[in-house]
Amino acid sequence: MTIDYPVRRRPKSRPSAAAQDAASKAGVAAGEPVLDVRGLKKRIRRKWIIHEVGFQVHPGEIFGFLGPNGSGKTTTIRMLVDLIKPTEGEILIGGHHLARDPEKALAEVGCIVENPEMYPYLTGWENLEQFARMQPGIGEDRIREVVSIVRLDERIHDKVRDYSLGMRQRLGIAQALLGRPKLLILDEPTNGLDPKGIKELREFIRMLSATGLSLFISSHLLSEIQLMCDRVAIINEGRVLAVGRVDELVGQASSFVLWQTDRQEEARALLADQPSVQLFGDGEHRLDEGALAHLPGAIVTSVDEEALPDVVELLVRRGIGIEAVQRVAPTLEELFLRLTEVEAE
Amino acid sequence: MKGMLPLVQNETLKIWKKKRFYVILLILLVLVPLFTYAQLRVSQTNAANFKDWRNQIQQQITDLQNTLASDRMPEEWKKYDRIKVQQLQYYLDHDINPNSPDAATFTRQFMASSVSMFFPLLILALSSDLVSGERTGGTIKMLLTRPVRRWKILTSKLIALTLYVSLAILATGAVCYLISGLLFGYGGWTMPVFTGFVIDGSAIDATGVHAVPQWAYMLMQSGLIWISCMTIAILSTMVSVLVRSTAASIVTMMAAVISGSILAGMASSWEAAKYIFSVNIDLTDYLEGTPPPIAGMDIGFSLAVLGIWAAAALVVSYGVFTKQDILN
Repeated sequence: MTIDYPVRRRPKSRPSAAAQDAASKAGVAAGEPVLDVRGLKKRIRRKWIIHEVGFQVHPGEIFGFLGPNGSGKTTTIRMLVDLIKPTEGEILIGGHHLARDPEKALAEVGCIVENPEMYPYLTGWENLEQFARMQPGIGEDRIREVVSIVRLDERIHDKVRDYSLGMRQRLGIAQALLGRPKLLILDEPTNGLDPKGIKELREFIRMLSATGLSLFISSHLLSEIQLMCDRVAIINEGRVLAVGRVDELVGQASSFVLWQTDRQEEARALLADQPSVQLFGDGEHRLDEGALAHLPGAIVTSVDEEALPDVVELLVRRGIGIEAVQRVAPTLEELFLRLTEVEAE
Repeated sequence: MKGMLPLVQNETLKIWKKKRFYVILLILLVLVPLFTYAQLRVSQTNAANFKDWRNQIQQQITDLQNTLASDRMPEEWKKYDRIKVQQLQYYLDHDINPNSPDAATFTRQFMASSVSMFFPLLILALSSDLVSGERTGGTIKMLLTRPVRRWKILTSKLIALTLYVSLAILATGAVCYLISGLLFGYGGWTMPVFTGFVIDGSAIDATGVHAVPQWAYMLMQSGLIWISCMTIAILSTMVSVLVRSTAASIVTMMAAVISGSILAGMASSWEAAKYIFSVNIDLTDYLEGTPPPIAGMDIGFSLAVLGIWAAAALVVSYGVFTKQDILN
């Protein structure tokens, strides 16, 4: 298991300045990070909001930024796109230093920070024209291209004030793609979308990623990150707790198994006797209430993966009618606990 | 200044599409006919009372002299009336009707009396949400994450604002002239107007007085109006950068302008008030020869005060806008 702790990384592991210059001239070479964040800190009115944030996003990957609300996700994202100046630390985008060379660095990024807010009194097309004029080399054909990528062709000449949230979201993405960025930053992109919209967005993100674009997606939902991302940085209270592959990090937190039978008391006693099963009382587990909604009164356990079929067979042999056995993914809270435990060791 | 033109185009387009300029035109189209009608009634009454405009001016002078003779009037107020008498006498001596009813004169008088309140109001309609509007709308996040330096964004906004301020002054003049001309006739451009009165205590130094054709006078007048409008525009841009809400930015600026005109009316004994920008915005008064609200003010002084306020506002605006963290 590899946990990449940026906090403890030694400076020698960074690429040299000369190597970075060469890479930026040749475009970002394979392996050279598209986004490199080092030792980011932010203090607002004498209070440290961001204590230590560092990670790298590599070309072509979908990078998740996971943390609960108020953990510093949005503040960090705002620092990545030059809306907030970091108190300490540095950000390199496509090899360009954001603080020293913001024009070059920002040309490599497209972003939507929080809600996709556009000028409501302009049409979708006029909005895109506004942003096209802010960068050289973006003509009408490019605008038409991004409009068709986000499939907004039919309504593009309507005023933005008449758009639905989903359409604004798509217009926002069109705006972000306009400058042919290497990196797309989306802050909680599924917020406020209905399930259909969320599904469409996920497909859309995979499609963009297939074109070689790197994506940086923040979310407070573990399941979102699991569904969309290759690697993830987990942030809490202004600190990055871990950076690594999603499957490896999520695997650290054990999943739960819920049992629903026709004789719950008997089943509970039987399960308690098994060494491979750990029972949880009502207040002991950190399960999402939503997960329990379909199985009221279910027995909450964690079971060793390989032992599960045997336990089921045992119940069946005792004549207990199994109505449901369900594996439930760990919550973000559970994951945090595991991560902080690992760090404390 | 490379790449500035498309940015200015953006900002100009935004102000236009927000329909701010339509609002200004609409206000003018409602107000100007109102004042034109009022002016028409005044001329009709005068024409009924006096066969000759000279009699009317003479009557005005006599009235003023009568009040001056009264003991109940404070000395301070008498000063203004004495100057007024001297000016009227000057017009009478040179056989020029200062109230000649024609479109050009109406426009000149309307513009002159609009500097202290009406123009600032129009300017605020354009400038107060220049930056704060982007913040309340959240669009500032899109604007500032594009690869364009922040100072360029602010500069493009100021250039667009300058264009619209100039356009608003031109539009006011044009609307006044066109509407009042329907009733008074479109003449009066070449009528001589006296300027160059130098106020020295309670007396007028008339040695510098000379007649200029009305069109030239109006050109100078418009220039002065432009300067005071630009000062208001720049100050209001600063407030718009500092204050997040557009309503707060309008209220702040209106309070400053109104308090300035109140102070100008009462602060003749508080001399330091002359350093406040809004006491100085009535620049056209110097052209007409109206005594300044506070002793020691002249056109050079007022221009300097406005210039310093505007420069300071620019420094603050650029300083804050380029450095500030966009937290929400």
